[in-house]
Amino acid sequence: MKALWILAQKEVRDGLRNRWVAVSILLLTALSLAMYFLGSAATGSTKVDSLAITLVNLVSLSVYLLPLIALMLSFDALVGEFERGTMLLLAAYPIARWQIVAGKFLGHMLILLLAILISYGGTVLIITLTSDDVTQNWIAYGLMMASSWLLGGVFVGLGYFISAIVRERATAVGAAVGLWLVLVVLYDLALLGALLADAEQAISEQVLTTLLMLNPTDAYRVFNLTSTEGISQAVGLADIAANSGIASGVPLLVLGAWVLAAMLATTWMFYRREL
Amino acid sequence: MATQPAATVQDEQPPVLIENVSKSYGAAVVLNDVNLTVAAGESLVLVGHNGAGKTTLMKLLLGLVPPTAGQVRVFGNDPTAASAVAQRRALGYLPESIVFDEAMTGRELLKFYAGLKGVDGASCDVLLERVGIADAAHRRLSTWSKGMRQRLGLAQAMLGRPRLMLLDEPTSGLDPSLRSTFYEIIETLRADGVTVVISSHALGEVEDHADRIAIMRQGNVLACGTLAELTAQAALPVRLRLSCAAGAAGVIVSKLQAAGTNAQAESAAGRNINVSQVDTQHVEVICPHTEKMAVLRQIAGLGAAIADVDIRPPRLDEIYAHVMAEDAHS
Repeated sequence: MKALWILAQKEVRDGLRNRWVAVSILLLTALSLAMYFLGSAATGSTKVDSLAITLVNLVSLSVYLLPLIALMLSFDALVGEFERGTMLLLAAYPIARWQIVAGKFLGHMLILLLAILISYGGTVLIITLTSDDVTQNWIAYGLMMASSWLLGGVFVGLGYFISAIVRERATAVGAAVGLWLVLVVLYDLALLGALLADAEQAISEQVLTTLLMLNPTDAYRVFNLTSTEGISQAVGLADIAANSGIASGVPLLVLGAWVLAAMLATTWMFYRREL
Repeated sequence: MATQPAATVQDEQPPVLIENVSKSYGAAVVLNDVNLTVAAGESLVLVGHNGAGKTTLMKLLLGLVPPTAGQVRVFGNDPTAASAVAQRRALGYLPESIVFDEAMTGRELLKFYAGLKGVDGASCDVLLERVGIADAAHRRLSTWSKGMRQRLGLAQAMLGRPRLMLLDEPTSGLDPSLRSTFYEIIETLRADGVTVVISSHALGEVEDHADRIAIMRQGNVLACGTLAELTAQAALPVRLRLSCAAGAAGVIVSKLQAAGTNAQAESAAGRNINVSQVDTQHVEVICPHTEKMAVLRQIAGLGAAIADVDIRPPRLDEIYAHVMAEDAHS
């Protein structure tokens, strides 16, 4: 297990050195502060909890930004080492290949955790220090941070999978962008299109919920926008939440399953690869 | 230096055992029915052109690729098995044209690899000192020269006192003084009883560091044995160069050519002895290994006319060229 920690440390050190950690923290901090200020400007008179508003805004933007950051951290993890030739020596050391994958994952998850804690955590600190209406929504906010981390983990895992199957870094970049586009943008557009075209209402609520749950970004959205009643009402999702029949833990399980599946598939592909 | 005994290593087993091993990538055959054994403490040098299969052989020993046919055993275990992972603690590997993470310093990098091998970090400084890069160890690798990187490569291969070292083209691209430092270190490892497998195409420099030599070509081992065995196998002639007083060369040539007649009735030419004049004071005699002593006795019989004799047995590069040519004919 010591090997995992050594590999993780190296990823964190690399991340600090090539500024990816700094960029991630900056991006997420800028995003969450912007959401807070925008939110408080728009709701100045309506007395809606500013933390809830920040949370909702943050979730709708995190869905785009977090997967992108996670993919950028991870797409290079294996293919970069294949291409540079450093994997040959690493794999000749007394560590199993699954340990190489798991060690890198641990390192990248630490980077994401650091970025989320500083940016989203810093924002909640500012909110509690500046606003009087101290909120009861901070458990929801904490869950949002945890699920954001998990969402990041899904895309780190998917980035590794890309990294394990392609031959060149350039291909990995393309595949990562493509994957992001499909899961984050096109999937929802396609669902929306299908719903609009579906005049006879052939798509039942059940099917729709299942389809939403299959996509990790939608699972993340559903989890956070229905997490507490106050927030559901704020977003107008209370109805859906009540009718969807989704227990609140299900989206988290979906995210966990995605992480597990991506990591298993990556490890499997890596074992099959001849160096 | 930390000594980490590799618990899984079976002592009675040969470090390297390769039986009927073939490896192909699609239609390309990289190794073809190779058989090789390396005993504990022995050093084997693999020679051959690029593409002869030397690097693939090392990857097989490390378990990085599985063989297509045949079996590979390292200390008695299949290197691709999950259980062989821990055994790699007893292996040191220096890949061909080693690549490092440029952003790290030398010491950071060595400590990283030491950690993965379960070797205590204090031994890193000893190793850096030993390979002569202690002064540069705090600098980023992007500022390092090829020779320094190669020394660092050797240092990482020596981490944890491995019992089997696999060195792939360890001296390619190094200047001569660095090469001799490299071989000095390899000699001390051999003296410690480390089994060493070196691949090289620098034939002239490896012959002194090999117990046995395997000559490879396009995935086949054409010949394998000690330098003496290979010499005998190749039946290459010995060259003798005689020095004499200025102008005496012509006389000596005719005397040696005639020498056969008064001895065993056979002329020099009949015994495959070729005598020729190089210049006015040098004569060259080329004879089969079996005739060497007879020729020397004749030369001694010429007395003071001969000032000096220089005997050149065939070198590895000649044997190599011979084996290659023979293989091309068959």
